Amino acid sequence: MKRSLSVLALLALGVFTSSSAAPAQDGLRLTGSGATFPFPLYSAWFKSFSQKHKGMTVDYQGKGSGAGIQDLINHTVDFAASDAAMTDEQIAKVPGGVQLLPMTAGEIVLGYNLPGSPKNLKLPRDVYTSIFLGKTTKWSDPKLKAANPGVNLPDLDITVVRRADSSGTTYVFTNHLAGVSEEWAKGPGVGTTVNWPKSDKFVASPKNDGVTATIRQTPGAIGYIEYAFAKFAKIDMALLQNKAGQFVAAGGDGGPAALASVQMPPNLRAWVPDPEAAKAYPIATYTWMLFYKDNKDPKKAAALRELVDYCLTDGQKLSAQMGYIPLPENVAAVVRKSAAAIQ
Amino acid sequence: MKLVAQRPAAVSQSISGPPSRWDYAVDRVFRLLAQGGTWLVLLLLAAIVWEIGVKAAAAVGRYGVHFVTSSTWDVGRQQFGVLPHIWGTMYSSLLALAIGGFFGIAMAIFLTQDFLPPRLANVFRIVVELLAAIPSVVYGLWGLFVLVPAMRPLADAAYHRLGWVPFFSSTLSGPGLAPASLVLAIMILPTVAAVSQDALRLVPYRVKEAAYGMGTTRWEAILKVLLPAASTGIFGALVLGFGRALGETMALAMLIGNSNHITLSLFAPANTLAALLALNFPEAGPREVEVLMYAALVLLAITLLVNLLGEAIMRRSARRLAAR
Repeated sequence: MKRSLSVLALLALGVFTSSSAAPAQDGLRLTGSGATFPFPLYSAWFKSFSQKHKGMTVDYQGKGSGAGIQDLINHTVDFAASDAAMTDEQIAKVPGGVQLLPMTAGEIVLGYNLPGSPKNLKLPRDVYTSIFLGKTTKWSDPKLKAANPGVNLPDLDITVVRRADSSGTTYVFTNHLAGVSEEWAKGPGVGTTVNWPKSDKFVASPKNDGVTATIRQTPGAIGYIEYAFAKFAKIDMALLQNKAGQFVAAGGDGGPAALASVQMPPNLRAWVPDPEAAKAYPIATYTWMLFYKDNKDPKKAAALRELVDYCLTDGQKLSAQMGYIPLPENVAAVVRKSAAAIQ
Repeated sequence: MKLVAQRPAAVSQSISGPPSRWDYAVDRVFRLLAQGGTWLVLLLLAAIVWEIGVKAAAAVGRYGVHFVTSSTWDVGRQQFGVLPHIWGTMYSSLLALAIGGFFGIAMAIFLTQDFLPPRLANVFRIVVELLAAIPSVVYGLWGLFVLVPAMRPLADAAYHRLGWVPFFSSTLSGPGLAPASLVLAIMILPTVAAVSQDALRLVPYRVKEAAYGMGTTRWEAILKVLLPAASTGIFGALVLGFGRALGETMALAMLIGNSNHITLSLFAPANTLAALLALNFPEAGPREVEVLMYAALVLLAITLLVNLLGEAIMRRSARRLAAR
């Protein structure tokens, strides 16, 4: 409990300090805002970038994907970040155009809280979709027991914890569920907020950290969060069954395998709703940084390109350490080429 | 000693005389400032209502009354209804008002009716008022990490023994109406306590002495004489507290569970209008902003209605009191 509190405090501190850093003297200051999903990684990147490049500071505020896109459209930031790539309609609102660059990828995990904290709980595909549809309501459900012989599953209500705010994480997760289950696609559907089943056992918390804290505090809870949040808060994560029928843990080789299974299209908007590779972790996603193609200030554009370059080289080495998936080589090469469009 | 305090202030002769031009000027300027302040407040409110109204106009036209009677909130399908939010707002605020109001008024009586030496009473007063200075997020975290785990065994016991009572018809899964209302009660406590204390202190001491003179006991004097005499002020305290409860955002967003579900159960998650606004506004698209503004308008209307209703009740009870 103390630990998750301090994690929360640290995250909160990160949000505040990153937005209030003093501008470097006669230096260049780049500001960005957007997704909270890659926030821990981005803040580490930008901190070390600012240290290595004297006179340049990068400030990033984790406000949420939608807010980042709004900021970019309103021209209040130099770049934005989002888990749900900008749509053509949104891009059309920015004169000069927007360059989307996938910068890293992450996995969404199902964190749970069970008495005795049994590790590596296996969740079959039909069971976790049924849990989020509000149909499987007990941890002692026969299907769960069958998938986990030897695990002492209590006769406890399943409390589903979801995001209360509109969120890219929700988009990716519901996109996956819709790929798996016809019923989900027709019912709640896909979106940054969806119409969740009405039940006493569905609670919602704000932001990734709020969901993390609620899972930690609630016996019998299960919820979807970004891998890094679960890792740092020491929350138990379920092994999920992928399309090939294998149970795969998050944080291992499953993520890169999932990314390798999709081809990156020229507009750099690739989704991985339900990867087919045998080793792939089922819920993985790219996350994007969004740049103006026309920055009006050549110095700023050069700095932004330098930033992208840093993130693609030194930055990628940090990714795995922080719980994210490094970009596959071929994708990184395409991104580097596309970054030239930032002028 | 109390008698001394009640003696009319000695009238000094030296300052009598016709008011000077300076006095007139000061008087006029002050009146102007006071009037200006009042008008500014009204203008500010009008500006806010206008701003919200203009932005909400499109959504009001599109969804109309259906907005407040339906309970689906589905951005993807563009269906919006705030009935669960209205329900949750009223339920949690009324519950908080009942708890916070009771304790707040009790505290005000305790601190003003000579139960304590004045100095100690002062210490208590400061401590209660300190509660108002705690940020809302801290209340939210405290609720999540301290109150909910502490409540869980009680809630489970209530569910197992009294599950047939609609108020206890579900288990507490973490965030929910009961912890949210309790935290809300603590948050409105300082407001209610401070304003009721002022109201009670304003009742002239003579009134109390007269009551004792009639042979009342202490409690009879407090309940039958002092409280009715201070009732307008205490009622004002309750309205203020209720207003704060209706509009409270962050702590509730963290504690109420944000589920669009209408139920009587105290342990089930619910939702409030303020939490809906706070959580959805940052990421809202242009269409959704209109809808959220409509929701804000609904919240304003509820606050206004509650105040009017309170005023009516107040006037009626005052008339009955006078008729007796």
